[in-house]
Amino acid sequence: MAEFLLPKNSVVKSGKTFSARDGAKNVKRFRVYRYDPDSGENPRTDMYEVDVDACGPMVLDALIKIKNEIDSTLTFRRSCREGICGSCAMNISGTNTLACTKAIEDISGEVKIYPLPHMPVVKDLVPDLAQFYAQYASIKPWMRTQTPPPPDGERLQSKEDRVKLDGLYECILCACCSTSCPSYWWNGERYLGPAILLQAYRWVIDSRDESAGERLDDLEDPFRLYRCHTIMNCTKTCPKGLNPAKAIAEIKKLMLQRSL
Amino acid sequence: MKKFRTPLKQVRGLGSAQDGTHHWWLQRVTAAALVPLSLWFVASIVSMSDADYVSVVTWLRSPLVTVLLLCFIWALFHHAQLGVQVVLEDYVHSEWIKIASIVAMKFASVVLGLASAVAVLKVSLGG
Repeated sequence: MAEFLLPKNSVVKSGKTFSARDGAKNVKRFRVYRYDPDSGENPRTDMYEVDVDACGPMVLDALIKIKNEIDSTLTFRRSCREGICGSCAMNISGTNTLACTKAIEDISGEVKIYPLPHMPVVKDLVPDLAQFYAQYASIKPWMRTQTPPPPDGERLQSKEDRVKLDGLYECILCACCSTSCPSYWWNGERYLGPAILLQAYRWVIDSRDESAGERLDDLEDPFRLYRCHTIMNCTKTCPKGLNPAKAIAEIKKLMLQRSL
Repeated sequence: MKKFRTPLKQVRGLGSAQDGTHHWWLQRVTAAALVPLSLWFVASIVSMSDADYVSVVTWLRSPLVTVLLLCFIWALFHHAQLGVQVVLEDYVHSEWIKIASIVAMKFASVVLGLASAVAVLKVSLGG
């Protein structure tokens, strides 16, 4: 059965509290999930009090400040700090988003930070995304053609056909949407999830790609595609404002178009 | 993750089932059919709430009502078994329990659907 309760060794306990320095006027409390598989201990949440007057505006700024100045054992991924690499995707106060584009002042009260839901945790806020990346590889996310490119230039695309990729090419594969999807939680080993299906649709409708049929054949599956029950968490959570649910609906429409 | 198998091997699994669109489409078609049929059925039953036995049997014996009731029963049970199958696939992860419960559920749908249809036909065609 689907698991509705955490296994015993995953139950989160409360951890240490790191108080702000004396004299800090504007203190924000960050409750952060901590887990170290090597320690053999259960996960815990540590509380860090951060003087936000001496900190950048985003949640990622606070995490970096905590790691630099309060607790260097805190582990998280980050790279571009401007919403384009997708590394710092995590669950912040109940919503999957990018720590680098989430403003601290937009969160009222305590800031709760957890890793992306329902993924194996490598350490603290770092989830194991190996399966997610393998699912991306499985849709062959590159141009697949039989016709060689013109000898004297690139494969051309009309402006109208290029517009069809808007709302799709911006996806940075941060996995916020897939890990917010209950269907992906219950059946992630077979269901491709919203991020990968959005990417699959991006190649299906690319006017230069010649393998739309094969791509749809690969998706024609009760689990790979049809585990989407239009729950819409994906669209609600996407930090880039994209609409994976619509992309999935478009794939279903194409499936119908070729079978009716 | 099973040992010594790459993530891609796991994800590719046994390949695509080449199936699913038909199931998904029929679920939508039966849902669309059920909208007018359910409204008609509920409205009819409510309007006959204080009718006597003879007038209900007379109503049911009208050919149009018999056909619509049979359509309603077919759409209802077909839609139900498609939907329950999806729920079982979603939540039951033990392969054998999943297959057994899907088969049992399909048998039950056929039995209940046929029983409903026979009940309607007995009243409609019976002496």
